[in-house]
Amino acid sequence: MRNLVQDTASTPSISALPDTREVLLETRGLGFETNGHHLLTDIDLQIRRGSRTVIMGPNGAGKSLLLRLMHGLISPTHGDVLWRGHALNKTARKDQAMVFQRPVLLRRSARANLKFALGVRGEKGGKRNGLIQKALTAAGLSHLANRPARVLSGGEQQRLATVRALACQPDILFLDEPTASLDPASTAAIEQLILEANANGITIILVTHDTGQASRLGQELIFLQDGEIAEIGPAHGVLKIPQSAPARALRDGQLFVKN
Amino acid sequence: MDSFWNVLASAVGLVFAFDPDLMEIVGLSMQVTLSAVAIACLIGFPLGAIAGAFRFPGRTLLSIVLNALMGLPPVVVGLLVYLMLSASGPLGPLGLLYTPTAMIIAQTVLVTPIVAALTKQVVEDLYQEYGEQFTSLGVGPLDRVMALLWDARYSLLTVALAGFGRAVAEVGAVIIVGGNINHVTRVMTTTIALETSKGNLELALALGVILLAIAFAVNALVMTLRASAVRAAYA
Ligand SMILES: Nc1ncnc2c1ncn2[C@@H]1O[C@H](COP(=O)(O)OP(=O)(O)O)[C@@H](O)[C@H]1O
Ligand SMILES: [Mg+2]
Repeated sequence: MRNLVQDTASTPSISALPDTREVLLETRGLGFETNGHHLLTDIDLQIRRGSRTVIMGPNGAGKSLLLRLMHGLISPTHGDVLWRGHALNKTARKDQAMVFQRPVLLRRSARANLKFALGVRGEKGGKRNGLIQKALTAAGLSHLANRPARVLSGGEQQRLATVRALACQPDILFLDEPTASLDPASTAAIEQLILEANANGITIILVTHDTGQASRLGQELIFLQDGEIAEIGPAHGVLKIPQSAPARALRDGQLFVKN
Repeated sequence: MDSFWNVLASAVGLVFAFDPDLMEIVGLSMQVTLSAVAIACLIGFPLGAIAGAFRFPGRTLLSIVLNALMGLPPVVVGLLVYLMLSASGPLGPLGLLYTPTAMIIAQTVLVTPIVAALTKQVVEDLYQEYGEQFTSLGVGPLDRVMALLWDARYSLLTVALAGFGRAVAEVGAVIIVGGNINHVTRVMTTTIALETSKGNLELALALGVILLAIAFAVNALVMTLRASAVRAAYA
């Protein structure tokens, strides 16, 4: 599947790919406007089951906003977000999980953070303890299980937040710049978790500023600029031969200024 | 000045003699105040958490009412509770006037708005941080309230302390509904007021010393707990 996507480097849009996987999440004419400012305009996306999509773009482009809309944390002012063809609602959101840029951890131990999330998802007793143990091991945090989560290092906190999201067994995982403030080792650990999750069938949508990370993790790449899709296509193609001026500016390390 | 030191010396003597009358008054004070604070927390914590974590019609009104009630003059509360409990009042048949229960009711009315309003602020701040994560995880309303209250536990200790401070120092309301009856409804503050007016300064001052000591001890306890919580990043 991965190769199928990458072999069609010149294809201009994801929806045009000869991909037979189920469309898990779709946005149609999605937009968000506040006080007359169009923060996001006309976003049409199809996210297929098992895919890895990377969203790039300068600060303020609307990347976080797009994630929050797709996750149903806020409601769009224009267009729709469809989850398996139906309007996204509270029940559908239980099939999704999100890792925020700054991990939001409860004022409890690492273990209790996992216990809480799993409890919310209705896991109890022995099964829950098993899942907690598995998550702690995956994050390499078994020895820190009883530490207060908020005294853990930045990398440990983000790993905990990531395995907490994964412990909820989502179909899709949104990650908003999960490694933005982490060192290379912690970044590699998070990327490892993401790739393992994807290998287990979890669909990934990741926001990053790191072109290296985008090429390591991304199959499809969406380049956002001023709330609009400037470019969309297979990640390695967009990164290597960007078609749009904003994406070219990113590759060349320049600031893109619209005239 | 000489007489002040004499009075103070006799007062301290009384304290350390563990005078039974004195101990009875202190005991009743603690019983009434702790009961009132406990009930106020039972009502005020969830009420404040709901006001702090949910948007609903009337939320702003609730905040305004809570904040206004925070500054209620104790004598007015005493008067209202008196009217409710007096023989001709709606709760008259219960026969609660001039009992410790009446004093607990009056103090609860005084303290609950304080606890609720302060809890709302604490929870609102925490919710700023947790809100989207909770929505993302799909945390239901009841779990939200419970989790917010639990994670705010050390701040809520300080909130309860503020309620305790208000209740234990209160005199106007409890004297109206309790009547300051010897061996029945006499608490530290009302006794201080009475004994001072009778010129019995030793007893009044002895109670004042104990009241101060209790205030110090409770504050020290709460601050110590909080400090250890801060070290664990739990506060
Ligand atoms: N709920 C909101 N209300 C108003 N403005 C918002 C809201 N969320 C985001 N914005 C604005 O939308 C723009 C895009 O924000 P964001 O999606 O966070 O950008 P980024 O691409 O850096 O993640 C910014 O100008 C931000 O200030
Ligand atoms: Mg962002």
